[in-house]
Amino acid sequence: MMTDTLTETPTLVQPKAPLLRWRVITDHAVLIVGALFMLMPLVLVFTTASLPDAEIVKHGLQLRIGDQLDDNFTKAMFETSGFTDANSGLVMLKNSMILGVGFAVGKIVLGMMAAYALVYFRLRFALFAFWVIFTTLLLPLEVRILPSYEVIQGLGLMNTYTGLIVPLIASATATFFFRQFFRSVPEELVEAARIDGAGPLKFFIDILVPLSRTMIAAMFIIMFVYGWNQYLWPTMITTDEGMFTLVRGIKQITQVLEGTNLPEYGRANLLAIIAVLPPVAIVVFFQSWFVKGLTDSDK
Amino acid sequence: MASVILNNLKKTYPNGFQAVHGADFTIRDGEFIVLVGPSGCGKSTLLRMIAGLEDISEGTLSIDGQVVNTIDPADRDIAMVFQNYALYPHMSVAKNMAYGLKNRKISKAEIEKLVARAAQVLNLTEMLDRKPSQLSGGQRQRVAMGRAIVRNPKLFLFDEPLSNLDAKLRGQMRIEIRRLQRELGVTSVYVTHDQVEAMTMADRIVVLNGGRIEQIGTPAEIYHRPASTFVASFMGAPPMNLLAATAAENGAVSLGQDIQVAAGADLAAGRKVTFGLRPEDVALVAEGGIPFDVQIVEELGANRLLHGQVAAQPFTVSVPKDNPATTGRNQLLVRPETVHLFADGVGARI
Ligand SMILES: Nc1ncnc2c1ncn2[C@@H]1O[C@H](COP(=O)(O)OP(=O)(O)OP(=O)(O)O)[C@@H](O)[C@H]1O
Ligand SMILES: [Mg+2]
Repeated sequence: MMTDTLTETPTLVQPKAPLLRWRVITDHAVLIVGALFMLMPLVLVFTTASLPDAEIVKHGLQLRIGDQLDDNFTKAMFETSGFTDANSGLVMLKNSMILGVGFAVGKIVLGMMAAYALVYFRLRFALFAFWVIFTTLLLPLEVRILPSYEVIQGLGLMNTYTGLIVPLIASATATFFFRQFFRSVPEELVEAARIDGAGPLKFFIDILVPLSRTMIAAMFIIMFVYGWNQYLWPTMITTDEGMFTLVRGIKQITQVLEGTNLPEYGRANLLAIIAVLPPVAIVVFFQSWFVKGLTDSDK
Repeated sequence: MASVILNNLKKTYPNGFQAVHGADFTIRDGEFIVLVGPSGCGKSTLLRMIAGLEDISEGTLSIDGQVVNTIDPADRDIAMVFQNYALYPHMSVAKNMAYGLKNRKISKAEIEKLVARAAQVLNLTEMLDRKPSQLSGGQRQRVAMGRAIVRNPKLFLFDEPLSNLDAKLRGQMRIEIRRLQRELGVTSVYVTHDQVEAMTMADRIVVLNGGRIEQIGTPAEIYHRPASTFVASFMGAPPMNLLAATAAENGAVSLGQDIQVAAGADLAAGRKVTFGLRPEDVALVAEGGIPFDVQIVEELGANRLLHGQVAAQPFTVSVPKDNPATTGRNQLLVRPETVHLFADGVGARI
């Protein structure tokens, strides 16, 4: 199988030790520079989040650690802002979670079932159906955002989780991946299950789902992060501040310039950090599953 | 345990290809039938029709007196062992064996008992908690067997179950499967393209060629009285020598201008025939035999194979290990009762 696609090509014979050491050093230098490049903005946001708002307004982003971290954290998580006092950090975190998990689960369930029908049942127009589903890849939500908005509004689903999640689910990525995966499941396994008396539903639940678990984990990570990071759609569909997601809510905070109040940069920066953490945590936790799901199929 | 009746079974695939041209035979209760033939001859197709995995295009199939053409595989009370074992990779050995029972709503306690017994018979008791990926090929094979016997079905179906094992293990499993089948007395259909498996395991062999049945018979019948040149050349290693010949006077056949062999045949002189002779049925003699030009001697240990020509046609002779064998001109003694004659062209036995 393809377990080794991610391992580096072996450097077998290195004639001289000094050469090898130089290579190690340059390799690491490149990696370190790359890592810094990715991490520095986050570090900067983090340090800035520990400073008082006035200072940020005066001096901009800084690498200095201040004493406002606790304060800003409490504000970010528990204090509300805006007009209705409904969007505390906790509420937004919850909304983002619901969107991320709901989107990922919905997409996986829908994708698996669609792929199951396409691969295992003699549908008249299975291939045609597949290509129709496939073309939705060319039509992400951003492209069909106006009609989608019309539909959701027409159905009275503004400011609901359903309205937030369902239109995002309607795309082919998961169906596509699961279809490819199911097609690689040996025919004999299907036949053995048939003889063992497993009907279509039993086969799906007892055999196919457990076989797909690494695939499901990988899809879950990708989809969760994708759903979590949604910005445009939540911005359009949620006007009620109690429905804001983190990614959308941060923007709101920096915009609030009531009278002489300063924009709460510290709070916004801390929220940005908090918004980054769950996807990172999920990727770190499921990292091994993720790699397995993409490279190895446990069959 | 059951008898199976195949009544003119035919299979045409959706693309129009006819893979089986009318299979017509009866499998007796408890019998071990081997379907054998070259690759692509329709063995698997026939087996899968019996299993219900492939629709029957024409004809009827009955198991135990009941026509099962439209009955689901799960309800035919059969068990199948696949070439690649088809074990459920995410289930332990015990769960693999139990799955079919569980789906048939058998009680937990009963399942445990049946699985334990099957595991004991197959020496799998220590491995019941392992996943298939933690087993060797031979062990996986035994789990596949276990999954079949645990249900005590009417019919076992095997599709080349040993072809993924090394030669030694194959030899052992061959004996083990046969022993198990005898003990359980379950009617079995076994597909292989290995003629040694066919000869050693079968009660009766069905030889298939291009979707048609060439011959049905016991291993001895198949070997001693092959019904056609196809069977004659397919069964037996090295294969039977087949030479173009012409019938002559007094039951002899002539292989060439001045080579005549007594064949005990009663044929009109001048008729074209195919003359068949097994490599092990001829003996080398000092003189008075038919000339045989040996080009190569193959040393096999227990015997030697001499490859050469008789009457300018390829010919192989197998001699016991202590017979001297040399290249060059030799003499062959042919006993008339060992000669097989086949009609020219169609290849049917005369
Ligand atoms: N689904 C199918 N559609 C069309 N033709 C098929 C299909 N399956 C098999 N065939 C053809 O039917 C013939 C018999 O196939 P089958 O699998 O029964 O052969 P086999 O005797 O089992 O061969 P092998 O020893 O290689 O397994 C082959 O010529 C094959 O190409
Ligand atoms: Mg086959």
